[in-house]
Amino acid sequence: MQDVAIVGVGQSIFSRKCGVSIGELCFEAYNEAMEGLDITNNDIDASIICSAPEYDKQRSPAGSISEYLGLTPKPSFYVETVCSSSSTGLRVGWSLIKAGLHKVVAVIGFQKMSDLTSRDAAERMSRGGDIIWESPFGITMPSGYAMYARAHMAKYGTTEEQLAKVRVKNSHYGAANLKATYRKELSLDEILGSEVISSPLKKFDCCANADGASCIIIAGGDVAKRVTSVPVWIMGLGAATDTMTMSGRESLTGLRCAQEAARQAYEMAGVGPGDIDVAEVHDCFTIAELMAYEDLGFAKAGEGTELIDGKETYVGGKKPVNVDGGLLSKGHPIGATGGSQIRTIVNQLRGQAGEIQVQGAEIGLVHNIGGVGQYGNVTILRR
Amino acid sequence: MSFENFGIVSFTTETKASDFVDYLEKGKVMATRCRKCGTNYFPPRMDCPKCVGSDVEWFEIKGNGRLVTYTVVNYGPTGFEEDAPYTLGIADFDGVRVFGRISKGIKESDIKPGMGLKILPVKLPGDRIGYEFQKV
Repeated sequence: MQDVAIVGVGQSIFSRKCGVSIGELCFEAYNEAMEGLDITNNDIDASIICSAPEYDKQRSPAGSISEYLGLTPKPSFYVETVCSSSSTGLRVGWSLIKAGLHKVVAVIGFQKMSDLTSRDAAERMSRGGDIIWESPFGITMPSGYAMYARAHMAKYGTTEEQLAKVRVKNSHYGAANLKATYRKELSLDEILGSEVISSPLKKFDCCANADGASCIIIAGGDVAKRVTSVPVWIMGLGAATDTMTMSGRESLTGLRCAQEAARQAYEMAGVGPGDIDVAEVHDCFTIAELMAYEDLGFAKAGEGTELIDGKETYVGGKKPVNVDGGLLSKGHPIGATGGSQIRTIVNQLRGQAGEIQVQGAEIGLVHNIGGVGQYGNVTILRR
Repeated sequence: MSFENFGIVSFTTETKASDFVDYLEKGKVMATRCRKCGTNYFPPRMDCPKCVGSDVEWFEIKGNGRLVTYTVVNYGPTGFEEDAPYTLGIADFDGVRVFGRISKGIKESDIKPGMGLKILPVKLPGDRIGYEFQKV
């Protein structure tokens, strides 16, 4: 069976309000992904459309988006694992190519969240938890991660200042990302002084809702080498789940779904945490990035804070993480996020990351989580 | 009272475990246990995936639990606008973990992971019912 490569990556500008339709938003990402590729829309054998439902009104968005991108009459279908939908889409696309069913597949993630008020968006996310037993108490995304943060603080002595340092780093890089929603550098004091959303998480510990789209085009090895001079190979794929209920979690100081997905991805790729040159992790909240350091094995449990204290996750540090600004700066258009993370790593491995380039990066990792640790996805790429 | 009256806002009305609400009215917070394999379930469930069977029984969550973690929510979703701030937590009762609210009667500065808590049914506004964690 031939290997599978990523041949094209693109994303729209992520913003609080895009002012265009979901098809138009996806076209912007598709346009960038197709740049420089020696293929046309007719060469794309299938499209996988990834988002979380109930934000915009379009039901069955695969039909609408495949029409707008000119991908009919090829098969198109919808994949959903909330915030990690497009990583799941990549996994499904990889399988389709590996199975020999298709040669070229487009994985398109999108979310248009600006049709809803912030409270209504919070209500949708609350229903991304267990609606029978936990949503009736008013659980929210920030409160789910806040409970992890509080448990991490209680067990390991992690401080609010250490959480804030994650945002300091990510805001530093976000300021230079032309496609990010937030492009302002934030100081430690500004972050620590921002209003409390769900204790101990403050406004600047949280990513923002956004509109955006991403597009990843993958192909089997023979096609990949023909259509691009810079294929990036999918070496490892890991995926796992944890309970929908918060009460079902065995641990509240790390995400078990991420630990398991990482184990699978490392094993499949034949590499370990020490081999990763650059990583994108799911920093929907500052605590999520700290836990990712530990869940991915970049640090031992409870020692993730040492990486941020020592600035080891900056460019030039031991393990550069989220040097495109992360979700905290880019904003988090749910279905588009995984594809945006993959785009960043692909550009790094191609040596096309500009001023955030990690010199000599050969192996990169993407960690993309759905919900409050319900769906874990880890992808390892190599140039 | 039936399951549609459970919690501040309910999103579903039907579950085989709806007796949970009847027990709340009688002053008890209940979990279920599989009679065959002995696995305890909270949230309560009437089916056991380990045995692929449905021979389960109710038991009361009693005594003192231990707070695992908590958060004070200042920004509630639609339906909870007037309710915030409220405190969510997870408490462990002899291995049975329960998610719920911590009583507004406990000051935030007094809440610490590891503290002892008991669990009791509470009447909620609008003829609704739930449960909360209270001081031992």
